Amino acid sequence: MQSVAHEFKARSRRALQDTALQQALARAKGGFIDHRRTAIEALPEFDELRARAKQIKNHTLAHLDYYLERFEAQVKAHGGQLHWARGPEEARRIVVDICRAAGAKRVTKGKSMVGEEVAINPALEAAGFEAIETDLGEYIIQLAKEPPSHIIAPAVHKTRAEITELFYAHHRRHGINKRVSDVASIVNEARTVLREAFVTADVGITGANFLVAQTGSSVLVTNEGNGDLTSSLPRVHIVTASIEKVLPTLEDLAVFLRLLGRSATGQEMSSYTSIFTGPKRDADLDGPAEFHVVLLDHGRSAMLGNEFREMLRCIRCGACLNHCPVYGSIGGHAYGWVYSGPMGAVLTPLMVGLREAADLPNACTLNGRCQEVCPMDIPLPTMLRRLRMREFEQKLTGARSRWLLSIWAFLAKRPRVYQMAMRPLVGLLAIGSRGARRFLPLARGWTQSRDFPAPQGRTFQSLYRAQQRKQ
Amino acid sequence: MAERTDSSPTTSPIRAPRVGLFVTCLVDLFRPNVGFAALELLQRAGCDVEIPSQQTCCGQPAYNNGDTRDARDIAKQVIDVFADYDYTVAPSGSCAGMIKEHYPRLFDADAEYYEKALALSSRCFELTEFLDGVADRVALSESPSCSYTYHDSCSGLRELGIKQQPRTLLARIAGLSVREMQDSNVCCGFGGTFCVKYPDISGRMVADKADAIRATGADMVLGGDLGCLMNIAGRLKRVDSTVSVYHVAEVLAGKTDVPPIAGSRS
Repeated sequence: MQSVAHEFKARSRRALQDTALQQALARAKGGFIDHRRTAIEALPEFDELRARAKQIKNHTLAHLDYYLERFEAQVKAHGGQLHWARGPEEARRIVVDICRAAGAKRVTKGKSMVGEEVAINPALEAAGFEAIETDLGEYIIQLAKEPPSHIIAPAVHKTRAEITELFYAHHRRHGINKRVSDVASIVNEARTVLREAFVTADVGITGANFLVAQTGSSVLVTNEGNGDLTSSLPRVHIVTASIEKVLPTLEDLAVFLRLLGRSATGQEMSSYTSIFTGPKRDADLDGPAEFHVVLLDHGRSAMLGNEFREMLRCIRCGACLNHCPVYGSIGGHAYGWVYSGPMGAVLTPLMVGLREAADLPNACTLNGRCQEVCPMDIPLPTMLRRLRMREFEQKLTGARSRWLLSIWAFLAKRPRVYQMAMRPLVGLLAIGSRGARRFLPLARGWTQSRDFPAPQGRTFQSLYRAQQRKQ
Repeated sequence: MAERTDSSPTTSPIRAPRVGLFVTCLVDLFRPNVGFAALELLQRAGCDVEIPSQQTCCGQPAYNNGDTRDARDIAKQVIDVFADYDYTVAPSGSCAGMIKEHYPRLFDADAEYYEKALALSSRCFELTEFLDGVADRVALSESPSCSYTYHDSCSGLRELGIKQQPRTLLARIAGLSVREMQDSNVCCGFGGTFCVKYPDISGRMVADKADAIRATGADMVLGGDLGCLMNIAGRLKRVDSTVSVYHVAEVLAGKTDVPPIAGSRS
């Protein structure tokens, strides 16, 4: 999708005023956090698994070329086809070409963040195909014509009442004419509508949570089983994935599967874990006739060689979003692109440009809760700070901030001047009414929602030195 | 000869540890009482405390806004000023975390200062961490009967592991009782320059924090970082709350005879 990350400030303000969004966020947050905590407390070896997984990823990233080539060879050995895409445009063209060659009309889609990243749906529609999302959350936001607001719960910003209205408006063409509002009925209605799409689709596109170099397998976890129906019913199955998803072996995969569900939703395992290895073989009961894997780079190989390599360990579990107090306040759409929360604040500037997404690395208190819960121990605050350094070097930091910072730094490096300058300022602040304090630089940002506590009136240094002299 | 025998190691008392107190810029400018409280607590714990006059700020505003060069210059100044103390102590998890965790990272390409930064890092402590774990048992002041709730500031909590230390110390004060708040480990929305750069988001976060504090019904909210406390105090004052806000050092040292950062005097 087209990034609107430059609108972060305006979008976050709107999000804070949006009552329905605030209700949805409040409800989702507690659930994710509690479920994760319960699941992890029940697994004493969680920290060991985390350390092991980190080690596996670091090793794989250090030898990524080797494992990718091995993966490619295995996909081909199993009768599949592998396509390399340097960027979104190439990825879209490859997918559209496959669909054309298959003579497709209808394309079903399982959830794929890479699909969102390269904006596959608009490309398919522009090429004359009907693309239907089959993950319930993705289906809801497709009807609403909105991007996902969370990497594992794309429609988390929607209240049940909004979904009721959305289904009522869109399902009349399927002959459904009443509003349904309880969860079970909503799910059943979606199932009825999607069932027809599953059996009539010509091509199925899914994402992949992991790729296994040893076997050439693509691994997908879902809770709805829609991944299986998308991959096995149509004649052609396309997996869209990015290059950092590869793991060396099935043994390694087992470590990651134990971490992913617990970190994401607090499940020990997701309901379905599907492993796709090539097209249908003669003895198989079902499966696609054609099997394609599209592997996307889109800035990742550059990250491999710079100070953001650790970000490539990310397994897209969403724990950092769920525990981020900024994400919890404004939701995912404010971030303006497909990835949001802490991981999005790192990835978006690297993928759509630092100037476009300049706010994202700064809109963070560096509180560190994201790294604390990250199953891959990615130093997200450090990554964000490094992006701030790049912004400072490239002079993308606002002029007023730079100016104030340089005055502060000038004084901080000259203790005597600093003390002489601060003494009268602090005195003035203490005697001044609220009015005087309003003249402080950036003070309006502070006083909008809080008072400014009065300083005691003299600096510690001056009081202490006076006391010393008396003794 | 006789004098020499008297001063032999076996008969002389162990030298009191020399502690350099890093007051922090916020305490220096806004709340000197916290500096005097820290000084008194360290002295009561048997330390020989010095407060170098050549200190200003730890450099976090520059560091967290991407200005590495200024951050490095300020760090060098702190490293040089505090090089010779047995310990450096700060009444702030954020500033102590900066010195301990981030100073060494600033000098990846400067072997001399990398060594110096590591040396300072290994001897630098946040105040409650130092009083609870390193210093001799400190004499604490008494308190009139009242209840407190504690906000865990993020840098102290996640960079230094400060969670139990202030609570252990406070539990030794007769008359004080604790009422823990919901999500005491969640950021208050201060975040240094974040609070003025993104005032809407920061405002929401501190409003949530103030609600959690008020829901406990505690008389006081305490914490170990003045930035967070001023943020919380500002919000509590805006909503006319009577909960009084103090730095943990002020309560431990019994220096609550001055008006709280916000709220009514306990």
